[in-house]
Amino acid sequence: MGGVVRRLGAMVVNGVWQLGFAARFFWLILVYSGQSFTRLHLTIRELYFSGVLSLLIILVSGLFVGLVLGLQGYEILQRYGSTDAMGTMVALSLLRELGPVVAGLLFASRAGSAVTAEIGLMKVTEQLKAMDMMAVSPIARVVAPRFWGGVISMPLLAALFSAMGIFGGWLIGVVFIGVDDGAFWSQMQAAVDFRYDVMNGVLKSFVFGVAVALIAVFEGYDCVPTAEGVSRAITRTVVSSALAILALDFVMTSFMFRGL
Amino acid sequence: MSRTTLDLWVGVFVAIGIAALLFLALKVGSISGSGIQSPYTLSAHFDNIGGLKVRAPVKSAGVLVGRVEEIRYNNERFQAEVVFTVDGRYKFPVDTFANILTSGLLGEQYIGLDPGGEEKNLAPGEVIKKTQSAVVLEKLISQFMFDKAADSEPAPAKK
Repeated sequence: MGGVVRRLGAMVVNGVWQLGFAARFFWLILVYSGQSFTRLHLTIRELYFSGVLSLLIILVSGLFVGLVLGLQGYEILQRYGSTDAMGTMVALSLLRELGPVVAGLLFASRAGSAVTAEIGLMKVTEQLKAMDMMAVSPIARVVAPRFWGGVISMPLLAALFSAMGIFGGWLIGVVFIGVDDGAFWSQMQAAVDFRYDVMNGVLKSFVFGVAVALIAVFEGYDCVPTAEGVSRAITRTVVSSALAILALDFVMTSFMFRGL
Repeated sequence: MSRTTLDLWVGVFVAIGIAALLFLALKVGSISGSGIQSPYTLSAHFDNIGGLKVRAPVKSAGVLVGRVEEIRYNNERFQAEVVFTVDGRYKFPVDTFANILTSGLLGEQYIGLDPGGEEKNLAPGEVIKKTQSAVVLEKLISQFMFDKAADSEPAPAKK
């Protein structure tokens, strides 16, 4: 009995400790960002690894999500004889929810896990310590560029996901099923508000980018420096990123889209 | 430091990302979607606004000319006070009629402006005097029932 209580207490203390360390770590990243931006090629390199290399999965998944939305949307809307509203449905569901959330989940598993593995392995092979010895801050040299690479690429990837999804919905609706092209676009444009729908979606994807990038670099930096520790850290990155994205999405949706 | 192929790829990525954002803004969202230029505000008092919401459209002759900005309760008049913006390109005479209408049978509610015949136009910030409230279905039904009852009552009395 005493053992259970002790372990529970240790877990809580450890969790709070980690949270505090993560907050200080986030602060350090922001402080060292200026230094890392003066060597911009580092950030550009990370932009390549987390942004460019995620393009394929984001574009293909976006297309398929759009195709499915088109098919399902048509099936439901035709019961009410309002297939003209298909463009609206596809665009709003992608811009507000699916674009940022699904792109964020894919980004966490495609790029976030890679960042954690890289930093974790650097820690295992004591490269981070070596940098410290040479008076090179590992946060400025390794962590901050990876963080900003993720933060910058996430909104762009989410926008690409949404654009590709809308193209997929158009492909199914207009090209294959034969919904009127004019009605598809004009109803969509009438219903989608730039500030309310598009900008809120971009804001969501930016917040998800910060969350995923921070979790990824933190888990890598904080991992137990063994082979097993790195593998656990990668698992934790994917799991906690997914949870963070879904929870943040709920919070932000309840602020942004309350139907006034 | 020289250019590398990596820079090219990152450039391509950022360019198509921004292109996607522009596509969402212009083609999907039509950045001028509301299309309201240099707006000015007008207000109107209604006995009952029904289900009118903030951001609801303001239309004249079916064309979108503005949006509802604010709805509040006026405790002196015991009426709803609706503030809305109107596109600066459009002017309405002072005897314009503001109605709360419903698009379709179950659609959203909007404010319809019926221009009158006066020469003078409404200045920004002015209040529209002539208004008609939203049609509330329950009231309509109860009116209809009362009318029916009133019609049928004298009939047995005549006998």
